[in-house]
Amino acid sequence: MNADAFFTLADHLNAELRSAEILFSNLSNESSDFVRLNRNRLRQAGHVGSTALDLTLIEGSRQVEGGCDLSGDPTEDQARARRLLARLRERLAHVPDDPYLSYSAEPSESDHYGDARLPPAAETIGELIASADGMDLVGIWASGDIAEGLASSIGHRHWHASASFNLDWSCYLEADKAVKSAYSGFDWDPAILRAKLEVMREGLHIMSRPARILEPGRYRAYLAPSAVGELMGMLAWGGFDLKSHRTHQTPLLKMARGERSFDPRIGIREEHDRGLAPRFTAEGFPTPPRVALVEGGRFAACLVDARSGKEYGEPVNTASDAPGSLGLDAGTLDDFDVPGQLDTGLWIGNLWYCNWSDPNDCRVTGMTRFGTYWVESGEIVAPVKVMRFDDSLYHLLGDRLEGLTRERELLLSAETYDGRSTDSALLPGVLVSGIDLTL
Amino acid sequence: MQHLCDIADVFLRQAPACDYWTLRLVEEEHDHLEVRQGVVEPSRLTYTSGAMVTLVGGGGIGYGATSDLSAAGLRAAAERAAGWARVHARLGLFEAGIYPRSSTRADYRTPIEEPWSTLPIGEKLDILQAANDALAIEDRIVDWSAWLARRRVSQLLITSDGGRVSQVLDYVHPGLVAVANEGSQTQRRHGGGSDGSQQGGLERIAAVRLLEDAPRVAEEALALLDAPDCPQDTRDLVLLPSQMVLQIHESIGHPLELDRILGDERNYAGTSFVTPGMFGRYRYGSELLNVTFDPTVPMELVSGVADDEGAPAAREYLIRRGILERPLGGALSQARAGLPGTANTRASSWDRPPIDRMGNINLEPGEGSLADLIAQVERGVLMDTNRSWSIDDSRNKFQFGCELGRLIEDGELKGLVRNPGYRGISASFWRSLDGVGGPESLEIRGVCNCGKGEPNQSVYVGHATPPCLFRDVAVFGGGE
Repeated sequence: MNADAFFTLADHLNAELRSAEILFSNLSNESSDFVRLNRNRLRQAGHVGSTALDLTLIEGSRQVEGGCDLSGDPTEDQARARRLLARLRERLAHVPDDPYLSYSAEPSESDHYGDARLPPAAETIGELIASADGMDLVGIWASGDIAEGLASSIGHRHWHASASFNLDWSCYLEADKAVKSAYSGFDWDPAILRAKLEVMREGLHIMSRPARILEPGRYRAYLAPSAVGELMGMLAWGGFDLKSHRTHQTPLLKMARGERSFDPRIGIREEHDRGLAPRFTAEGFPTPPRVALVEGGRFAACLVDARSGKEYGEPVNTASDAPGSLGLDAGTLDDFDVPGQLDTGLWIGNLWYCNWSDPNDCRVTGMTRFGTYWVESGEIVAPVKVMRFDDSLYHLLGDRLEGLTRERELLLSAETYDGRSTDSALLPGVLVSGIDLTL
Repeated sequence: MQHLCDIADVFLRQAPACDYWTLRLVEEEHDHLEVRQGVVEPSRLTYTSGAMVTLVGGGGIGYGATSDLSAAGLRAAAERAAGWARVHARLGLFEAGIYPRSSTRADYRTPIEEPWSTLPIGEKLDILQAANDALAIEDRIVDWSAWLARRRVSQLLITSDGGRVSQVLDYVHPGLVAVANEGSQTQRRHGGGSDGSQQGGLERIAAVRLLEDAPRVAEEALALLDAPDCPQDTRDLVLLPSQMVLQIHESIGHPLELDRILGDERNYAGTSFVTPGMFGRYRYGSELLNVTFDPTVPMELVSGVADDEGAPAAREYLIRRGILERPLGGALSQARAGLPGTANTRASSWDRPPIDRMGNINLEPGEGSLADLIAQVERGVLMDTNRSWSIDDSRNKFQFGCELGRLIEDGELKGLVRNPGYRGISASFWRSLDGVGGPESLEIRGVCNCGKGEPNQSVYVGHATPPCLFRDVAVFGGGE
């Protein structure tokens, strides 16, 4: 569904509103090719076309929400949307006033059409399989158009469309000896793919060495940007949203209370102006370019969505309670110097399956996975059998932080649970004097 | 369901010319009501509908999924599927000829005592207001919610071999949470059925004692604030069904998924420490460990008549008297691996292709009560309600945390401990199983957010289990 079709549908719905009613219509549209690969062959391939409409019907201080899938046929879609609107109207009569109802009463408009050069997915898959000949490659290709729209009876009209690809894959030597890579963006370049595969071949060569089995204990470590991304993902889980803070559920509670802090070099921001996500919320609020969440190692500000903003009296600065375009400030460590600075310890390429071990103390557990090596005297000497860590971020980003890399890596989310994600993160690598391995 | 049958008729009139096809039509209705801190949260009604066309032809397999259920939309989805089948024919991992065919004809509908529509929304909100009020027992309860959610999934699968499987599954999910805080210590307690999902209608509200459970939930959250941390040492461990669900899910269910063993999930959900050669001989656990794949248990989350490729549902032993018998693999994985399996090929909705998933994975009961298990423990800890889960990509090294712990000394329950956790290795942990509660202690529960697959899919999974006793487990508490 394109912008004109969506706004026409919204206009039809708005024309049916009763005098005191207000309607917000939000659209999510996706046309995606998904190709799963295993052993460098095609495991499962297909196409998904979906269009979902969300409505919020407001009258006075009451509101109800609803959603339905659309077909793409204007007549059928009008019928589906009108049925949903009728159901919401029927329900609205039975719900009480909502003291935290919050929406933008200021009409606004925007549109964004991202440029992209995407080759046919089938052609690219053939190219990938040929380039990775001889490798045990497993992963997922996702590509196509995604769009989000907002229209309201107040006068909001926003459209955000893009086309992109996201290839997320790993190559295995044997058992759990593997290296991982990702290539995503808007302009496909086969040379970049070949270069990434070459780096993986080098990694697999190191993987062929006998694996080092570590005993539980504390080890010096370098966490590559992808591993740091897992830790930032944990902080995104209740770390920054206003409701978690006001109800004392945030894992950064001790930081918010001034009892603990990160190293002064730690700065964490929500970078709406850099991200791939729309710059408007479902309630019609614009998002600011940046929100400083942690500055100088201390808590700075919360992410405030429309509902929490009304409940706690703060201005809205996000569409969601978790960061979608997170940035961790760079440091001064040159990538080339990392092995030497690490000297002897763990090079952790990826972390996996993290969860809160004790949220009150910002303590996280998780596993090493993919591209994790033992380094001695600045030289990678062996892969490492997977190990469990269990440690507090107050240590890893605090008293045991030695440095952050000058270069940062842009990681685009490959998540597809609720459609293709537009989340991204811009992250440096992190050098720590110790990480606690427990199993 | 009649609506889906009409759409299927449209597809049949223009069915693609190919070796084999399936059409899976799915409609879902969701309704969510919640009261938080005395305020009714915005209710949410959602309706989704779409079609998944799978096509086998020309030596390849492809799929096309669409929310356009018109004749033209279905035709376009089939053409997309055919396009990908042509690519699969050139680059596929396996021969398309092994794709399973189904002529199963069966129907299933959740037996409901009290349909969702029989209680007006105002009365539902009254129940939630009362439950919510009952959670706010003192100022240290800083956040509290009561909710009621409904989900109906209507699915019709038809195949070119004459298969026709219709299934309508109904769920009502009640739940409570209370958050207690004092200074920099926060503790959370869930209840009211929040982690005990089953199929059913509004009768679930009474079954989980939503209203009656609220004071306990709030009192336990408060009590945890004042409790000492769980000790860090090695001792016996009694897991209540509210945590056994997770233990079974992560360290038996996932490692036995055949698509993991075949390598499909290595880039995302992971592989498995289980290898094909282990089936029929590997000692997975003690003699007390009996685990079944059982889609026939009344009201369990994934009970039904067939999987999403049309394989008829049937109960199978996965582990018997501790010995590994068969993997969780649907017909396609069985053909790829040359192993027996189960009818467990499932998709999260119309927009995802089916893959190997857990269905109902149950730990069969032993003998005796929970008190009998506790009586066997000289020095241990009991843990209740999962709150944290983490396991390695081959499903071996795990660490789990619970909301509430209670010390056990000389066969008796003692004081509360907070932030209880334990860690172990799947391959050895189940061999330390030394007590399994009897049928009277069995609870039918499940997990509603099992994630896996590329593209990602989140599904419901059922687990029925009694409480269990494990010997000599590494346990720990909170703190930096």
